[in-house]
Amino acid sequence: MGIHAIRMPDIGEGIAEAEISEWLVKPGDVLREDDPMVAVMTDKATVEIPSPVTGTVVWQAGQPGDVIAVGAELIRLEVDGPGNVAGDATGDAAPPAPATAEASGPSRQAETAPPDPEPAEAKAEAATEQPAPKPAARPAATAAPLRPEGERPIASPAVRARAREAGVDLRLVRGSGPAGRIGHEDLDAFIASGGIPAPSGPQPDNSVEEIRVIGLRRKIAERMEAANSIPQITIVEEIDATAVEDLRGRMNAQAKGARLTLLPFIARAIVRAVHDQPLMNAHYDAAAGLIRRFGGVHIGIAAQTPSGLMVPVVRHAEALDLRSLASEIGRLGTAAKEGTAKRDELAGSTITITSLGPLGAIASTPILNVPEVAIVGVNRLAVRPHWNGAAFEPRKMMNLSCSFDHRVIDGWDAAVFVARLKELLETPALIFVEG
Amino acid sequence: MREIQCRLLVIGAGPGGYVCAIRAGQLGVDTVVVDAEPPGGTCLNVGCIPSKALIHAAEEFHRLAQLSSAPSMGISAGPARLDLGATMAWKDGIVERLTGGVATLLRKAKVRLVTGRATVRDGKTVLVETPEGPVQIRTEVLVIATGSEPIEIPALPFGGKVISSTDALALTEVPGRLAVVGGGYIGLELGIAYAKLGAEVTVVEAAPRILPQYDAELTRPVAQRLTQLGVRVLTGARAGGLSDSGALRVAGVDGAEDIQADKVLVTVGRRPRATGAGVAGLRLEMAGPFIRIDERCRTSMTGVLAIGDVTGEPMLAHRAMAQGEMVAELVAGQRRAWDKRAIPAVCFTDPEIVSVGISPEEAAAAGREVVTGLFPFAANGRAMTAGDEAGFIRVTARPDTHEVLGIQAVGAGVAEMAGGFALALEMGARLEDIAGTIHAHPTRGEALHEACLRALGHALHI
Repeated sequence: MGIHAIRMPDIGEGIAEAEISEWLVKPGDVLREDDPMVAVMTDKATVEIPSPVTGTVVWQAGQPGDVIAVGAELIRLEVDGPGNVAGDATGDAAPPAPATAEASGPSRQAETAPPDPEPAEAKAEAATEQPAPKPAARPAATAAPLRPEGERPIASPAVRARAREAGVDLRLVRGSGPAGRIGHEDLDAFIASGGIPAPSGPQPDNSVEEIRVIGLRRKIAERMEAANSIPQITIVEEIDATAVEDLRGRMNAQAKGARLTLLPFIARAIVRAVHDQPLMNAHYDAAAGLIRRFGGVHIGIAAQTPSGLMVPVVRHAEALDLRSLASEIGRLGTAAKEGTAKRDELAGSTITITSLGPLGAIASTPILNVPEVAIVGVNRLAVRPHWNGAAFEPRKMMNLSCSFDHRVIDGWDAAVFVARLKELLETPALIFVEG
Repeated sequence: MREIQCRLLVIGAGPGGYVCAIRAGQLGVDTVVVDAEPPGGTCLNVGCIPSKALIHAAEEFHRLAQLSSAPSMGISAGPARLDLGATMAWKDGIVERLTGGVATLLRKAKVRLVTGRATVRDGKTVLVETPEGPVQIRTEVLVIATGSEPIEIPALPFGGKVISSTDALALTEVPGRLAVVGGGYIGLELGIAYAKLGAEVTVVEAAPRILPQYDAELTRPVAQRLTQLGVRVLTGARAGGLSDSGALRVAGVDGAEDIQADKVLVTVGRRPRATGAGVAGLRLEMAGPFIRIDERCRTSMTGVLAIGDVTGEPMLAHRAMAQGEMVAELVAGQRRAWDKRAIPAVCFTDPEIVSVGISPEEAAAAGREVVTGLFPFAANGRAMTAGDEAGFIRVTARPDTHEVLGIQAVGAGVAEMAGGFALALEMGARLEDIAGTIHAHPTRGEALHEACLRALGHALHI
């Protein structure tokens, strides 16, 4: 029996640290090779790190929300064979403190600094001190199951008596103890949360649940905060999408390749419009006093995923035809939702499209995906009456709500850009005929 | 006629009734308790306490008699002599001390004890025939705690040589030949005691084996001890009446037989006193022979509660006490409900039996999957040094969470472990909890630790 220490792997170019977003194992769990053990979060991507060896978890670095430097110890496993940590496993000395950074600290700073290596004395300690020996093997895992219907809650007589005095039905209380046993703390928490079931009718709810903002949610919050310090201008324009919708319908009827949505058409229109106004496809680095105008159009597609907002990136949209764009957008959206998107696929956009589909409202105020300078918001498509000069006729109408960084984009240029998008989408042939 | 007003009136000063009254008195409830006998009920007067005194005396005598006939551990003794009359006087002394103690406790709790036979007039009024004349008691809350009494067999009415357990605790001479009808715990406790005192004992049990409420594994050490003591056990046998010559007629599996006996002890069970004392007049809803109660011991009539043996199985003193305590607190306005997980049952046979929660057999009958662990006293150091290695401790738990569902034990002195077993169940202990608790060495209690380890798959001493 030996101890095998696993360090935070290099999970991407320029990544110096990663935040633990979720432990997938706990001490005492047996891990097989390639079993995922932890989910970590970098700037954008959440990555599951698999175990390179088979063993039993004896120690973990930090809690969800803690930031671990690349190369710092992440987890220790007890393995058959000698392991990779010297010394005999005796005593219950803890492994060295990992190089954790305070999670709320500026993580961007670390990107330029070299990975902080483990302190030398910590390494020396690691060589002599060992984690606790593995507890004796026990049959059957004993995770607390939820009580099935009709099963009596497990609680000591003292807890039961207190619950009775407080008018609490213990069947409603979750037990955090082994085998789901309800302790005094569980009862306290239940009472504190105002969990006393009301006799009937609507009751005021005074509960306050504290949810730690970690992982992707914190990244989103940071980026939104950064974007909010920028003076932004939003322009909402009405688009008659009847023509592009007809075209889309016909192309889908041909049933060749992936089914087309409106997004690839809008992406193509953006490529065209950016060709005329290259400043729209840029990053503004205010600190450096620099605008980086990009030749390639890398379109971020904002996508809602189970863990929060993600922006997978269609690289070099200018070099993709409509069908390729469609399949790339589809592939990236699925990858983001399933959490399999690679880090490279979640970074490096130069302009962004945000669309909520049927929930798209009639207008919105998209927030810039900094350091980009323009974002195109797609609102809901609906058949609305349209005055054609002689009569009302039903048209498929849709709004575009586009925001710009007003520090570098003037209102005039913004209006021209949106007008150009309108022209291209209302006469979709223009998207394709111009060279 | 004298009249008494009170808030709480308890009929019956047995373990349920007197505990209820003391607790109510402590809580400032104006309480009256009525009983025709000295306080303590069956338990103190003619049940638990006197029978344990007799069992202890019988064991002491038996040991001495054994040593005089067959020295052991290097000890020999002269012939053992018994004066059962003196034994009974000693026993009565204990009973008097305890009943007197209860009366003192009631007085200290400012409870009025009225001696006399009670007759319930209605849910609020009770008439008591006291030695000083009739007394009418008006109450807000009435608690029926009238207990239970031995069942009589029509063919063997009590009287003459046919005796009840109460009579058996008052004999002044050891019967030469004692026939015990009913191989339940009362019959066996007394039968074993008299066998040790020198009687030639025959047990007649209708069920296929003795102690039918326990599983066969648990009762086997008792059956073996009966054989060693020379007690004849007839199972699957029905007792008829007495023959003209005074022998007990028994219809067994091998045909009829007449058993010569100087005394015939009938212990075929107890029945609730659920209709006497005018209780039937209240027309309470019944559950079989018992008064139906809810989880707060309320009967179908508002303001009338019932506790103890009149309310159902298990008819045990400690269940009645817990009910009595709860009812007193309810009357005092506290929020209470019956939520006990475990009512231990103890059988003072030789060896003793304890059962708490479910047995593996009961789990199987309910189609429930369980893990079990059994540790025999034959592998326990303390049992060896005490010269009695019969029995074991057995634990039953859920396979998924390892929550302990039941603990049974059979062996010398295991009755003392009942509280610990019950505590494990009340606290929702898992096998790991008991396995992780240091049990003192060398004690019989180590067998519980080992049984849990064995259920977890890693017993150390077997």
